[in-house]
Amino acid sequence: MNKDLQINDVSKNTEKLATVKNEDLMPLPADFEEKAWADIPEETKGKYVCILDDVNILQIPIPKTVEEEEELVNKFINGMRKLFTKENNWTFLSMLETTMEHCAKCNTCSDSCHLYEATGGNEMYRPNYRTEIFRRIYKKYVKKEPFSRWRNGDIDLNWRTVARLGEMAYRCNICRRCAQTCPIGADNALVAREIRKIFSQELGITVPELHDKGSMMQLKTGSSTQMNKIVVRDNVEFIDEDFSEEFGYDFKTPWDVEGADILLIHNAGEIMAWPENIAAFSMIFQAAGISWTLSSDLAAYDSINYGVFYDDVQFARTAILQAQAAKKLGVKKIVLGECGHAHKALTVIADRVLPEGLKTPRESCFPLLRDIVMSGKIKFDPERNNFPVTLHDPCNVTRLMGIIKPQREIMHKLCPQFREMHPNGPHNYCCGGGSGYAIMSRNNIPEWRFKVTGRKKLEQILNAFSDSRGPEIPKYVCAPCSNCKGQLRDLFERYQLLEKEKLTYSGVVELIVNAMVDVKPGFIKWGEE
Amino acid sequence: MALLIYSIVYLAIIVFFFFVIRRIVSYLNNPIHVRWELYPVAHEGKRASYGGSYLEDVDWWTKPREKSKIGELKVMIPEILFLKAVWEYNRPLWYVTFPFHFGLYLVVAFIGLLGIGAVAQLAGITIGSGSALSSAVAALTNLFGPLGFILVIGGAIGLIYKRMTDPGLRKYTSAEHFFNLGLFIVTMGSASLTWLLVDPNFHFARTFIANLISFNMELIHSPLFNLQILLAAFTIAYIPITHMSHFFMKYFLYHDIRWGDEPNIGTPETDAKINIVLNYPVSWSASHIAGHGKTTWAEVATFNPVAEPEASTNKEKE
Repeated sequence: MNKDLQINDVSKNTEKLATVKNEDLMPLPADFEEKAWADIPEETKGKYVCILDDVNILQIPIPKTVEEEEELVNKFINGMRKLFTKENNWTFLSMLETTMEHCAKCNTCSDSCHLYEATGGNEMYRPNYRTEIFRRIYKKYVKKEPFSRWRNGDIDLNWRTVARLGEMAYRCNICRRCAQTCPIGADNALVAREIRKIFSQELGITVPELHDKGSMMQLKTGSSTQMNKIVVRDNVEFIDEDFSEEFGYDFKTPWDVEGADILLIHNAGEIMAWPENIAAFSMIFQAAGISWTLSSDLAAYDSINYGVFYDDVQFARTAILQAQAAKKLGVKKIVLGECGHAHKALTVIADRVLPEGLKTPRESCFPLLRDIVMSGKIKFDPERNNFPVTLHDPCNVTRLMGIIKPQREIMHKLCPQFREMHPNGPHNYCCGGGSGYAIMSRNNIPEWRFKVTGRKKLEQILNAFSDSRGPEIPKYVCAPCSNCKGQLRDLFERYQLLEKEKLTYSGVVELIVNAMVDVKPGFIKWGEE
Repeated sequence: MALLIYSIVYLAIIVFFFFVIRRIVSYLNNPIHVRWELYPVAHEGKRASYGGSYLEDVDWWTKPREKSKIGELKVMIPEILFLKAVWEYNRPLWYVTFPFHFGLYLVVAFIGLLGIGAVAQLAGITIGSGSALSSAVAALTNLFGPLGFILVIGGAIGLIYKRMTDPGLRKYTSAEHFFNLGLFIVTMGSASLTWLLVDPNFHFARTFIANLISFNMELIHSPLFNLQILLAAFTIAYIPITHMSHFFMKYFLYHDIRWGDEPNIGTPETDAKINIVLNYPVSWSASHIAGHGKTTWAEVATFNPVAEPEASTNKEKE
């Protein structure tokens, strides 16, 4: 069924378009039991369209009448029209148009996709499948190209086509590995994001974790974690006290220091889920004698920018708030903590969104950390990190920003048993949590993250430790990105990798602090030890 | 008859350039877009070898940027000439698409050599006799033409076969794909027959181009030759209307998008462009964007639809 899937099947009145069977999944280098898909709850099925596959991510209300069905189609087409105007989509029009016009449909991109590979070549996951549907609709109904059916292939546009296409936009990590392999430069991952934009910006249909609990919550309270400025400062103060005491290294995280050299922006999720990351940054910066601060301004103590995943307006609003906070403090630069999409959002994409006056320079934390480690200002004992370590490259930091070496130079200096996973650097595979999935635990979405999106990364990790498998040797996956860590946390728990492989994960700064001579040993922990 | 044939060829050349220029101008007229680069970026100097960028430096905006044109050429030449990405990521397709594309390059070179020969002919030099250069032009013309025809025909047949038999490729193949490939087979087939049966040293072809250059509309008395000319004219006019325009648009897809990593530091012209787009009207309908009385990107992006009182107050104070 899945390999025979045709383009026009997307419009048919069937219960599901595709399914992923366990027997089709890419084999792993270890024997893990896979369960059958848990059913989507009846409550969800009763409210939202669930006709794509075994999962539901985008919450499209079920049209109840023919008029509502037509309304869904018409709104989508209106949105698509706007998407191809410079006024509404100056941000991505050039990339979108060229992808629509010049793709040779050679499918060279297919094998680069970790979802396509993980599902054993399920046609729905072929990077060009979604794009081809989108392209046919565009050429026939929006561009109204002469002889479109003959030139591009036909498509039957009905509410099922629209609903499935919307849901299908959330079957891609937008890691852009496919775009990297395209001989022409077409970008199928971008098309997934552009479809998400139509649903969000025109139809007001979004994924709650990204919109209501994500970008809107950040605009409302300051952070998607719902921490306001008082709570966040309290929590960080508690982290300072707790870690100072436990590791015999007295430090204090500075807040709202006007004229500091650096405004550091963390992913606030770290404060809740991985406080050791917050503590580690503060300890390193203090030890290195750096002039820095955090900001308690709205959205400026949380580097996340979920608009990057689905909505240009939400993206711009968040980036501007963060830039305004830097301007207010008068810092020399903004440094992004260990969060991949925040890196890309504020450093690169916002570069042509922020107006003059808000252009405080932005940079990644990794070059700065590399310089600190190499400077000799802090004493290290690499023997404290003498366990197998591999590095996961967050797509946003490597493939999309070209920051490859700084984190590796730290690994080579501080981790005697560092080894690469393959492929790596700009050719890495996504962790499987990219484009927002890492924060989604609704219904059976985690199952999909384990079986499909995270499968290739799991294979890479296990292969990287092929010489040290088993629970006797502690092993560490350095994943310097909050979303990636969230994905790995859930993936490791699902496959019991702590118990079976003594495998843990965390960032770069934890490895640095773990090797600091002035800090009590044992900063990195395996489980509850 | 001669007038008609020459007119069609002139028209085809005009149509070709019209659509090429229209596509390029249309792209260049698009507003500034956000950065969306993809690494490795070829001009990043030594860093390009591992996919690194200037963002690997602390205070990167204060450092001189190494931007290597040689690095771009090192990527573009193997990509254009040998379709390196297809070789790396889609080897079965490469075996048929490479001969097709390389054959086309040879045909383009062949037409260029014919053009050189035609100019020489107009200057009173007979190609293929006398100087070593003249003999080289003749020899290369005689090599590139037939070899190009054969490679294009073989590649196109192979591509049709792949598109018909590969189930993954078949469903993404439209009638236009088959028409395009068929057109190349017919055009190159007629060129091959003309070479074999009528014009073994491309004397007619060179004379025809000389006539085109000098507006001397003298008929070449060979129906097969003229059929070949008409098919070639149609193909030339048709290419830029289709997705095959990627042969020149690829420049922008690589240089402006994939490698478009120019930072907005000390670039007033970029600020001016950003200023223009931030004043574009926004008409997206979703409630978090519309209905707040905000009309431009600048207004919408600086408006917080869910601001709590304290945040609003702070904003007002600023």
